[in-house]
Amino acid sequence: MEPLEPLELLNRFRQGDVDAFETLFRQFQSEVYGWIVQVVRDPGIAEDLTMETFWRIHKARKRFDTGKSFGAWARRIATNLAIDHVRWRRPEKELLVEPPAVEMPDSVLRQETRERIERAFSRLPAKLQATAFLALVEEQPYEEIASALGKPVGVIRTRVFRAVRQLRKQLERMGVKP
Amino acid sequence: MIRNNEKDKDKDKDIQCLLQSVFPPADQQLRRDLWPAMLNRMQTPSFALPWYDWALLAALGGWAVIAPQGILQLLYQL
Repeated sequence: MEPLEPLELLNRFRQGDVDAFETLFRQFQSEVYGWIVQVVRDPGIAEDLTMETFWRIHKARKRFDTGKSFGAWARRIATNLAIDHVRWRRPEKELLVEPPAVEMPDSVLRQETRERIERAFSRLPAKLQATAFLALVEEQPYEEIASALGKPVGVIRTRVFRAVRQLRKQLERMGVKP
Repeated sequence: MIRNNEKDKDKDKDIQCLLQSVFPPADQQLRRDLWPAMLNRMQTPSFALPWYDWALLAALGGWAVIAPQGILQLLYQL
């Protein structure tokens, strides 16, 4: 098959051409997967959500504006799906008794402390979890996160601030000092 | 703006280090080509009902719950 001009490729994709969709799929599957796995943290689930992203893209192809970036559109759908997954993931069990304060070693965190941190993190709202993963763990630029979520950069900054504040409170209640 | 951004990031550094020690950066490398699975999914006929069929089913279900004796009347009419 001869390489196509992007606009022609996108037009063919909009018309339901499977070859055009395959070309776009192969071009963007790694990028979409890479973005999703940063939020869901599980390769198997990330693969499933990558497929679901492209399935939705395929179904919504007629609504795609060929004047806009396919990659940005795909990333936005992927991010929303990843956040939905985090939202419906079963939350960790609540701690019945808050444990005493634990001093954090500099290098290796003890398993118990790790579990507390994971639990505190899982109690954050899904949008804050996703933003915190992307901004704090993966160190993605705020501009890219904003583009993927379809929000202004200020919203991302606020979400990071809220995530950190809530996490501090949770950790204090659990007796973990950052 | 960038300065504020940097300031915020410095302030959050302790939490960031904590999170990075618990959640190491994700491996973003896709290990297999997902296209064959995608193609398979596209070629599998899907059982999809339009929204008005679901609405009709929901209405029938609700009717059966509210007035179960109606089921017998309906069956008699059939």
